Amino acid sequence: MKARVFVTLKNGVLDPQGKAIGNALHGLGFGAVGEVRQGKVIDLELKESDEAKARASLKDMCEKLLANTVIEKYEIELKA
Amino acid sequence: MKSAVIIFPASNCDRDAQTALKQLTGKDPHMVWHQDSALPDVDLVVLPGGFSYGDYLRCGAMASQSSVMKAVKAHAEKGGAVVGICNGFQVLTETHMLPGALMRNADLKFVCRPVKLTVEETQSAFTRKYAKGQEISIPVAHGEGNYFADDETLNRLEGENRVAFRYAQGDNPNGSARNIAGILNEKRNVLGLMPHPERVVDPLLGGEDGKALFQSLIETLS
Repeated sequence: MKARVFVTLKNGVLDPQGKAIGNALHGLGFGAVGEVRQGKVIDLELKESDEAKARASLKDMCEKLLANTVIEKYEIELKA
Repeated sequence: MKSAVIIFPASNCDRDAQTALKQLTGKDPHMVWHQDSALPDVDLVVLPGGFSYGDYLRCGAMASQSSVMKAVKAHAEKGGAVVGICNGFQVLTETHMLPGALMRNADLKFVCRPVKLTVEETQSAFTRKYAKGQEISIPVAHGEGNYFADDETLNRLEGENRVAFRYAQGDNPNGSARNIAGILNEKRNVLGLMPHPERVVDPLLGGEDGKALFQSLIETLS
């Protein structure tokens, strides 16, 4: 099974990199751009065929390492 | 005082810490590799500055999973003193030995210069030789020193007098919440700070304002 984990800053946590990207996009003339938030994508291969088990294990990985839950939130996407 | 300095791959202030400790305690500190699972018999553990594991994933995230950190955690749980400087502070937040997180500097710039700090708290093994409210100058060198915690945690830190150092008014180099530069854990035996006291223990290196931190520890732990 393949998984994709999105790690992004929680709402309300200042994202200076997102802000800088936004400013650069404005500089390039993309005037319609509003707030920009950036984050990480982590792709994993899992030796697990049970979706519920995979999800539980990924949640554990996020809590323990992949995300710092003081400042970040995560989303898990599974692909068979 | 017996001390140990932990070396992670890409630590780069381990030898500064070693030199400072040797100069001030008269004894060589133990240099402990990150893969070791036991600590020598010491009073103080120093987590030095640097870019442990290349800052992969997040600063301090990989180091927090290293086998030596289990021993450091156990040392602190038994009441042993731990100081995390710069990357060491990041490692301490990632291991949840200290609350909050250190985020990218608000202006996205790596900042490397002396900053003015005020000593907020002298009731600790790390700060007793300073005067409360004393203004000192200690260099910082980091890109991720922007201290963040939710309001509840910040209020608690302040209410329990656990903010050890603050950046002086107008000299906050990274956007840290409430100008926080260094904090203590609940038991007050773990300190994390972004500035580098080990770089200012000798007038030859431009100052001695970091000396009192080590002298406080020596007085308490010897």
